[in-house]
Amino acid sequence: MSTDAAKSQPAQREATARPAPRSELLPLPWKLHLTVLLIALVYPFVFPSSFMLNFGVLALFYAFIGQSWNIAGGFAGQLSFGHVAFFGVGAYAATIAQMRFGFSPWLGLPIAALAGALVGGIIGVLSFRAGLKGSYFALITLAFAEVLRIVSNSVSITGGGLGMLIPMKPGAANLQFAERSGFYFLILVLVAISIALAEWLRRSKFGAQLAAIRENEDAAKALGINVFREKVKVMLLSGAIGGVGGCFFAQYFLYIDPLIAFGVDKSVEMLLVSMIGGAGTVYGPMVGALLLALVSDGTRALTQIQGLSLVLYGALLVIIIAYLPNGLIDLFARIKARFSKGRN
Amino acid sequence: MDSTIIASAAINGLLLGGIYTLVACGLTLIYGVLHIINFAHGSMLMLAMFGVYYLLTLLGIDPYLSMFIMVPAMYVLGYLLYKGLIGRLSSGKDENILLVTLGLSILIENLALMFFKGDSRTILVSYSDRMIELGPTLVPLPKLISFVVAMVLCALLGLFMQRTDTGRAIRAVAKERVGARLVGIDVDRIFAISYGIGLATLGAAASLMMPIFYVSPTVGHVFALVAFTVVVLGGMGSFLGAIVGGLIIGLTESFGGLYLGESLGQIGISLIFILILLFRPSGLFGARQ
Repeated sequence: MSTDAAKSQPAQREATARPAPRSELLPLPWKLHLTVLLIALVYPFVFPSSFMLNFGVLALFYAFIGQSWNIAGGFAGQLSFGHVAFFGVGAYAATIAQMRFGFSPWLGLPIAALAGALVGGIIGVLSFRAGLKGSYFALITLAFAEVLRIVSNSVSITGGGLGMLIPMKPGAANLQFAERSGFYFLILVLVAISIALAEWLRRSKFGAQLAAIRENEDAAKALGINVFREKVKVMLLSGAIGGVGGCFFAQYFLYIDPLIAFGVDKSVEMLLVSMIGGAGTVYGPMVGALLLALVSDGTRALTQIQGLSLVLYGALLVIIIAYLPNGLIDLFARIKARFSKGRN
Repeated sequence: MDSTIIASAAINGLLLGGIYTLVACGLTLIYGVLHIINFAHGSMLMLAMFGVYYLLTLLGIDPYLSMFIMVPAMYVLGYLLYKGLIGRLSSGKDENILLVTLGLSILIENLALMFFKGDSRTILVSYSDRMIELGPTLVPLPKLISFVVAMVLCALLGLFMQRTDTGRAIRAVAKERVGARLVGIDVDRIFAISYGIGLATLGAAASLMMPIFYVSPTVGHVFALVAFTVVVLGGMGSFLGAIVGGLIIGLTESFGGLYLGESLGQIGISLIFILILLFRPSGLFGARQ
């Protein structure tokens, strides 16, 4: 890996020196990935308190489900207001498999991925077949999530409005860890996989096709890209990640109910962390999630005011769209560009 | 099922639909003229409802009288909001506007949570529990008033659009922006006026709703999805569509509750929304895209 990093470095420097390259088409340097991974690995040893571990778990969790939104909304430009549908379906599928059919909670992770992908695929096929895009796609995803919320509230297998309580049986075999650090490392692995997927999207032909679809669907079609198929594929992928996020959430909090699983709030948070961090970038959701976790914990520690963190976040969303459409990540990139310009 | 129960469900549904119509009229006007899906519609309605609530509890102004304060207040708010924020950001893609209005709604909703706290409030007026005999059933007086006034206001709005210079200018801008600009219409001003009128209808709706519904910072969610459904069903930008759509959705909700029960009954609205978007996105009365 180290030789790889050394080899790719000069090329990287050249690229940033050129005037305004489309940086998203270049692979991110290995150094960056390694640094982030190292910090994340060291974190639980530096901050072993349960408060700080919980903070880390939640930040990583939001980075994970944010990436689910980002892959469809950022990379492929399919803005969704109801992404919680995949999260909720994954949470319920895994919990039902465990509670009603006696599956191992670990099997819940692939089950949740399949369930999320299935719902993503169905919503994708139906909406894209009907030619829905932009605001219309955003609205129909919202309605799908709402239908799922009402159904999960009304049928008995989900426990209805009371929700489902997963009994506490600490032990790694039950996907429940006596130590919070167990959850931390689990979600860290999941986030690493999601980052790897996003990085692959940046480099692969599939990712390039998605970028073409995002920028101009008609032009992408003219280039011979099967727009419908690629969009459905991205929904499968995004749905799978969202589903796994739901399974993790249910195991971490040991509880799930229709409003948690399919409420508007989580859809909005998935969109927010991604948009604010930088939609269509590999680390955007992570930056956004870190900020969300910091802001919500910070405002809770400093004041008792309910809702303040989302006030800040809502305002930030408006500001970002107005002045920084590529998110906070872009701010770092701009600062870095100015820095290196100064040195040259 | 007993025919009187069905008839009473139908009457209740229609009365409910009147309010939905009024909320949707504002949304469809904004869409028709600006081509913006105003995602902040629900939170603006919530804001107006709190306005009505505090006008009564602090100043003792009757909710129906407060309409004369809330309508101009919401108009001014909408006008300024467009001039100051939405108009400046609306040059980009329509998704961006949707996100800006989403950001606004998050902002407003959570500000409301900060200042008004999360619990739901209702008001009590002398006529809250007055029942009126209507055909086979008894209906609460405030519901009947809300329906009649909502329909009158919708008709007035239609008349305004047809008969006044401003109304004609709005319709001209909705049809052909460039052409409207060429004949000397200040398009940006018309946009701001339209957004203002869109919110003003919410001021009226809030006054009619407070004697019937509760208000809480998140109450907008419920009505936003209903209003979107009405507008999509009727056809984006169509007033006639908003009226017919509003009544259909009111009936759907009423009969859904009757046949499927309180919990599952809400599914009808979302299903109609999905089916219309999938199979007839132009709605019942909308122009084909």
